[in-house]
Amino acid sequence: MTAAMIEAIGLHKSFGATHALAGLDFDVKEGTILCVLGPNGAGKTTAVRILTTLTRPDAGTATVAGIDVQRHPAEVRNKIGVAGQYAALDELLTGRENLEMVGRLYRVPPADVRRRANELIEHFELTDAADRIVKNYSGGMRRRLDLGAALMAEPPVIFLDEPTTGLDPKGRLSMWDLIEELAREGTTVLMTTQYLEEADRLADDIVVIDHGRAIARGTALELKQQVGGERLEVTISDAPYLDAARRVLAALGEGQAHVDVEARHVSVAVASHDGVLTRAIRELDAAGVHVDDIGFRRPTLDAVFLSLTGRPAEEKVEVEA
Amino acid sequence: MSGFGWWLRDSWEMVVRNLIHIKRTPELLLDVTLSPIMFVLLFSFVFGGAINVGNEGGEEGSYINFLMAGIFVQTVAFAGIYTGVLLANDLQKGMIDRFRSLPMSQSSVLTGRTLTDLLRAMLAIAIMWVVGMLVGFRPEGGILGNAAAIGLMLLFGFAFSWVGVAAGALVRTPEALQGIVFAAVFPLTFVSSAFVPTASMPDWLRVFAENQPMTLVVNAVRDLTLGTNVYDAELPSVLWSVGILVVGFPLGLWLYNRRTTQ
Repeated sequence: MTAAMIEAIGLHKSFGATHALAGLDFDVKEGTILCVLGPNGAGKTTAVRILTTLTRPDAGTATVAGIDVQRHPAEVRNKIGVAGQYAALDELLTGRENLEMVGRLYRVPPADVRRRANELIEHFELTDAADRIVKNYSGGMRRRLDLGAALMAEPPVIFLDEPTTGLDPKGRLSMWDLIEELAREGTTVLMTTQYLEEADRLADDIVVIDHGRAIARGTALELKQQVGGERLEVTISDAPYLDAARRVLAALGEGQAHVDVEARHVSVAVASHDGVLTRAIRELDAAGVHVDDIGFRRPTLDAVFLSLTGRPAEEKVEVEA
Repeated sequence: MSGFGWWLRDSWEMVVRNLIHIKRTPELLLDVTLSPIMFVLLFSFVFGGAINVGNEGGEEGSYINFLMAGIFVQTVAFAGIYTGVLLANDLQKGMIDRFRSLPMSQSSVLTGRTLTDLLRAMLAIAIMWVVGMLVGFRPEGGILGNAAAIGLMLLFGFAFSWVGVAAGALVRTPEALQGIVFAAVFPLTFVSSAFVPTASMPDWLRVFAENQPMTLVVNAVRDLTLGTNVYDAELPSVLWSVGILVVGFPLGLWLYNRRTTQ
């Protein structure tokens, strides 16, 4: 079960003077989730469009389920399901009509189309809305229906382009559950996201891309170690106690504690939450340190970007806007 | 199932989708219902008394008899080009990306579109026929002549809908195409024999008007529906229609593929 179900080698794509992809490589093993992480304009969507036969690369090759996407696009389409950021659904059709139409176009036998649509409607909690036209659906319902359409033919490979962008926390959680379930059942998933938290929760592997190129790859844990992982951060009231605070934190966490004199900040990398906060407060108190603020700081996509590229993730967006 | 069988089935799937759209937004039919009715009534009552059409208006020489062929052909031509507006709409909304990620017959998106517009053209012809007869249209061409006229109109409209596909694949927005339609198709219908006999036009304009496809198709439809033999335009009109189809079909397909594969 270690065959690469998706493979991209040296993908290049330019739109006019813009280099959307500049030599992107990655592969996804069967039954795993790969998250392609990057800011807006990094090339995530272009990569997905090439792998799903929607766009031709200028150079490089890509295979899905061992099939070359440029040479045999029709065969690739038999193996994939695609759900996108701009959920491509027919607004004037009902949810059920959308699913059944896509099912028939996937060449699913007519008897199975009906059964499969019913299953998905029930499973994705769309029963009440199934016979209403999609125009009146909420964002979360659209995304679930969009994913349902991608699953009509039970394809072995699924592509999800920013499946949770714009969803509220509840919608995001229910989407995450559905994606995890897919991978558990053996589907290979490639998804793009702007959220480190999402990649952390779902991905077996993560590729961080910027300017159309992979700038880091690995598991969530490996990336976090690269960035420095989670930190316990304390702001104290009186600067003279900074050294005492540093000693307490150094003993609790891993490695050196970092001190910012001007901001009266002390921070240290921590491996787990297990009782750390309680112990920190107790021991700081015992050392006579007055605490203004204390808490865990998780590394964000910004932190990953800052550490990998030395600039914030949002920079490119501002340049483009 | 063979490739051809799947193509037919997928095209039908697309036709069904388009018909559901029409059912849920009936205003999509205004251009093939209300507009032609208005044209029939306005032109026949406003121009009818002022224009002498002579033997071009059939035995009675009435303007309504002359006019109907013009309105028929204008309507199917506009409906054909409108295909492009609806296609541009799909292209803009991302639905085409969904279709292109599916293992379906890709050209069926287009054949489904043009076949739906053939049905729209049939509806338009039926409505205009009835309204025309109510205000004095007397098609004396017999069953065979009238059937041939309808067949020719549908062929011309179908050919035009592939021109519409090509145009729809070229423009960025459906609104842009609306503008092009008015700038391109209106002159074509007005500088033709659709509404007035070409005899009164200045020479330089008349040469164009009498030889352009719209005129030839209008003239053939006029002869066939009225049972007259004024123009002898049947063969050239069929050749033009087939010619437009033979060029428009691959051109539309090619432009659509180019647009959707970037």
